[in-house]
Amino acid sequence: MSLFGSVTSLLQILFVLLMAPLLNGIMLKVKSRAERRVGPPILQTFYDLRKLFKKETLRSNNSTFIFTLAPLILISSTVVVIVVSPIITTGELFNGSGDLFAIVFILLIGSMSIALLGLDAATAFGGMGSSRAATITSLSEPALLVSVIALSVQAKSTNLSVIVLGNVHHVSWLLSPSHILAISALLIVIFAEAGRLPVDNPATHLELTMIYEAMILESSGENLALVKLSEFMRFTFLLCIASNLFFPFGIDSTKSWIFIGISCILLAIKLIFIVGLIALFETTQAKLRLFRVPELLAGAFVLAILATISGIVV
Amino acid sequence: MMKDGFKNRSEFYGANLNCFTQKHISKDLLIDECKSYLNQKYRLALISAQDYASECYVSYLFLKSDPDSRVELIVKIDSSDRSVPSLGMLSFPASRFEREINDVFGIVPLGHPFLRPLVRHANWPSDWHPMAHGSSKTPPLVSGQNEFPFVLVEGQGVFEIPVGPVHAGLIEPGHFRFSVVGESIVRMKSRLWYLHKGLEKMFEGKSIFEALKLSEQISGDSAVAHSLAFVLAVEDCLNVNPNRDVAIERARLLELERVYNHVNDIGAMCNDVGYSMANSYAQIIKEQLLSLNLKITGHRLLRGKVNYGQETPGCHFYADTIDSVIQKFIDLTNLINDNSNILDRFVGTAILSAEDAYSLGVLGIVAKASSITYDARYDHPFASKTPGDKSIIEKTGDVFSRYNVRVREVFESLKFIKDPYGCNNANIQFDSKIYKNIVKSGFGIVEGWRGTVVTRVELDENNLIKRYKIVDPSFLNWPALSVALNETIVPDFPLVNKSFNLSYAGNDL
Repeated sequence: MSLFGSVTSLLQILFVLLMAPLLNGIMLKVKSRAERRVGPPILQTFYDLRKLFKKETLRSNNSTFIFTLAPLILISSTVVVIVVSPIITTGELFNGSGDLFAIVFILLIGSMSIALLGLDAATAFGGMGSSRAATITSLSEPALLVSVIALSVQAKSTNLSVIVLGNVHHVSWLLSPSHILAISALLIVIFAEAGRLPVDNPATHLELTMIYEAMILESSGENLALVKLSEFMRFTFLLCIASNLFFPFGIDSTKSWIFIGISCILLAIKLIFIVGLIALFETTQAKLRLFRVPELLAGAFVLAILATISGIVV
Repeated sequence: MMKDGFKNRSEFYGANLNCFTQKHISKDLLIDECKSYLNQKYRLALISAQDYASECYVSYLFLKSDPDSRVELIVKIDSSDRSVPSLGMLSFPASRFEREINDVFGIVPLGHPFLRPLVRHANWPSDWHPMAHGSSKTPPLVSGQNEFPFVLVEGQGVFEIPVGPVHAGLIEPGHFRFSVVGESIVRMKSRLWYLHKGLEKMFEGKSIFEALKLSEQISGDSAVAHSLAFVLAVEDCLNVNPNRDVAIERARLLELERVYNHVNDIGAMCNDVGYSMANSYAQIIKEQLLSLNLKITGHRLLRGKVNYGQETPGCHFYADTIDSVIQKFIDLTNLINDNSNILDRFVGTAILSAEDAYSLGVLGIVAKASSITYDARYDHPFASKTPGDKSIIEKTGDVFSRYNVRVREVFESLKFIKDPYGCNNANIQFDSKIYKNIVKSGFGIVEGWRGTVVTRVELDENNLIKRYKIVDPSFLNWPALSVALNETIVPDFPLVNKSFNLSYAGNDL
C-alpha cells in the first residue's frame, strides 16, 4: 500500500467533505443575490450541519433498524465512490477499481437506502417521496449507463481514471460529438439525481410536491445531518466527475505533491464556477410537472444513445 | 336632522332604493318561493338564523344583478319546533348554510340531502349549540362524538394521504384528505373550522364603533372588504349614506387591497412551481404597495381607514408610485408569460367548468375564471364609479385563467386608484346618536379581492349589535377546490390551492 495512494484517498474525501457544504452555501448565496435578496452567509450550511449533529434524534414508533442504518449506508456508499474515483488525481490508491459501472451501482445502493428510509416510518409523505424518487432513478439510470458506455468507447476502458487520462492526453476527444452528447446526457442525469430544479425543488416546504425532502421528512438530528451531508457530497462528487470528464486540465497525473495542491485549487475554482452557473440557471427555471420528468429523462437517454452510436461510428 | 354630507338613502340610490324587498312567509311556502327566485336567476347569498328571547327566525337573502335586486325572505321558527324545510335539494350553497345553522343554532333543516357536521368540532358535546339562545358558555370538551364521516374510497391501489391541519409552511390550519391512485387525485375532502373562534357571537352587544374594529380583523388580508361590508350594513340599517366622494374613496381602498393581494398571489403561485425569481419580483412590488398603503392610510394592511364618516383621499398624490408599480408589474407578467415551464404548469391544470362553478355558487376570482360574470362592484354598487365597466372573465377555468383574472384586475384597479376622480378633501363627521334605527336590519355587499362578501346586521334600539352574520366568499368557494382537483395530480395541489387562495379565518369565523 503506497503512502501516496493512502494520503491522496484521504485528501479526496477531505476535499469533497469540505467543498460540499461550501458549494451549497455558494449556490444559496448566488440564488439569493439573483433574486435581490441578501441570502444566508456562505458558511451557513456548515452551521446547519453542526447544529443538526448536536441535536437529539427523534424516532417514530413505527420505524425499524432501517431508520438508523440507511443514513450510514448512504454516507459509506458516497465515501466509497469518492475514494475510487479520480477527483484530484488519477493515480490514487484504488486506481484499478474506479470502474464507471461499479461507481454507478454503488451510487444506486445509496439511492436505494434513502428510498427505504422514506418508506420506513410508514408515513404518507415518505412513501410518496420514495415512489417518486424510485421512478426518477429508474428512468435516469439507463441514461447514465448508456452515457458511460459512450465515454468508454474512445478510451476503450470503463475505468474512470483511464478515461480521464485519455481526455487529458487527447484534447480532440473532448470536442468529439460523442463526448459532448454524453456530457449533456450526464448533466441532465446529475440534475435529476441531485434533486435540483427543474426536476425537484430543494427549497420547497410543500409536503405534496416534494421528492427528496419527502423521504427525509421523518429524520432528525444526527440522522438528518448524515443524510444532508451525503446529499451535498454526492452532488459535489457528480460535479467533480463531470468537470474532470469535460474539462480535465489541471488534474494531477504525475503523482507529485505540488501538482496535487494545484489540482485541488483548480478543481475548487472550477466547481465554484459550475455551481454559480447552476444557481443562475435554476433561478430562471420553474419546476416541471411531475409527469413531464420522464420526458426530460427520455431526452437524456436519447442523447446518451446518440453519443454511443457516434462514438462507435466516428 | 341629517348632518352635512350624509344623505338619505333614497337620494343616494335614487331608483336603486326600490331594489330591496322583504317578505315574511310561512314555513310551507318557503320551498316554492325559493324555487321561483332561483328560477329567475337569483343567487342565494346568505342564510342567517336569529335566536332571541322573544323570537326566532331565519332570513334568506337572494341577490340578482342587472338590475340590482335584493330579496329577503323571513321565516319564523316556533320554539316548540326548531326546524325549517331544507333547500338543500334546490341549491348547493343552501345545503352548506343549513348545515352551519344546524350545528351552531340547532335548527334542523328537514329533508336535507346529506346532513353532517360542518362547523361542529368532534369534541363539542352533541347537544351544545353555541349560538342558540340561552346556550351555556363553552362546556368541557368530550371525545368520541360527532366523528366526521369521511368517505372511504375503495379499490385496488387507492391510498389515502391525510395532510394537515398542521402544515410544514406558514399557512392557516385545515385538514385535507386525499384519496389517490398513484399520483392522480380521485377525491379530496377538506375539513376546516379549526380556526372557529365564535366571531359572530363576539359581535353581539358591541357598539357599531367597537364592532368596526373587530370586523377589520375577520380575515387579516381582507381588512377593507370586511370592514366595509360591516359599515355598509350598518348604514343600510340606519338608512343613511355618505356622500359621493367618501364612497369613491372607499372604492379606492378596496382596490388598494385587491392589488396588493393579487400581486402577492401571483408571486406565491410562481413560488409554488419553484420559480422563486418571479416571486421575489412580486414581493418587491408588494412591498412598494404596502408602503403606499402606509402613506395613504397610516397602516400597511389598510386598517383603521374605513369608517362611517371621515375619509381623507390621497391616492392621486402618489401617481408616480403607481406608475412605477405598473411598469414593474408589466415586467413581472412578461417574466411569467415568457417562461414555457410556467405556462406548462398553469395551463389546463385543475379545470373548474362553468357548469360546476355555477351550481356550486362560487364567487370572485374563481367564478370569473370559469366565465361567470358576477362582481358586486358592478352588480350591487355602493359607489358611483367603478374600475372598468364590467367584470373581467376568463373562459377555461384552469390555474392560468385564475392567474389571468388577477393580472387583468391588477391593471384595472391600478388605473382606478390613480384616477383623481372624486378626490376632494372630504371630511365628514358621523354621529350615530342622530340616527334612529328605523329599518332594524341591513345588508352589506362588497366585492373584496377574493370575491363577494355579504353581511347582515341587526341593531337594537340603542344601536348596539344584536346579530351580525358574515359570509366570506371562501365559505362558498371551498367545495369548488375539491371539484377542480378531479384528475389533477398530487404535486399540483399546492399550486391549485394557491390559485384559489381561500381564507381559513374568513371561512371558519
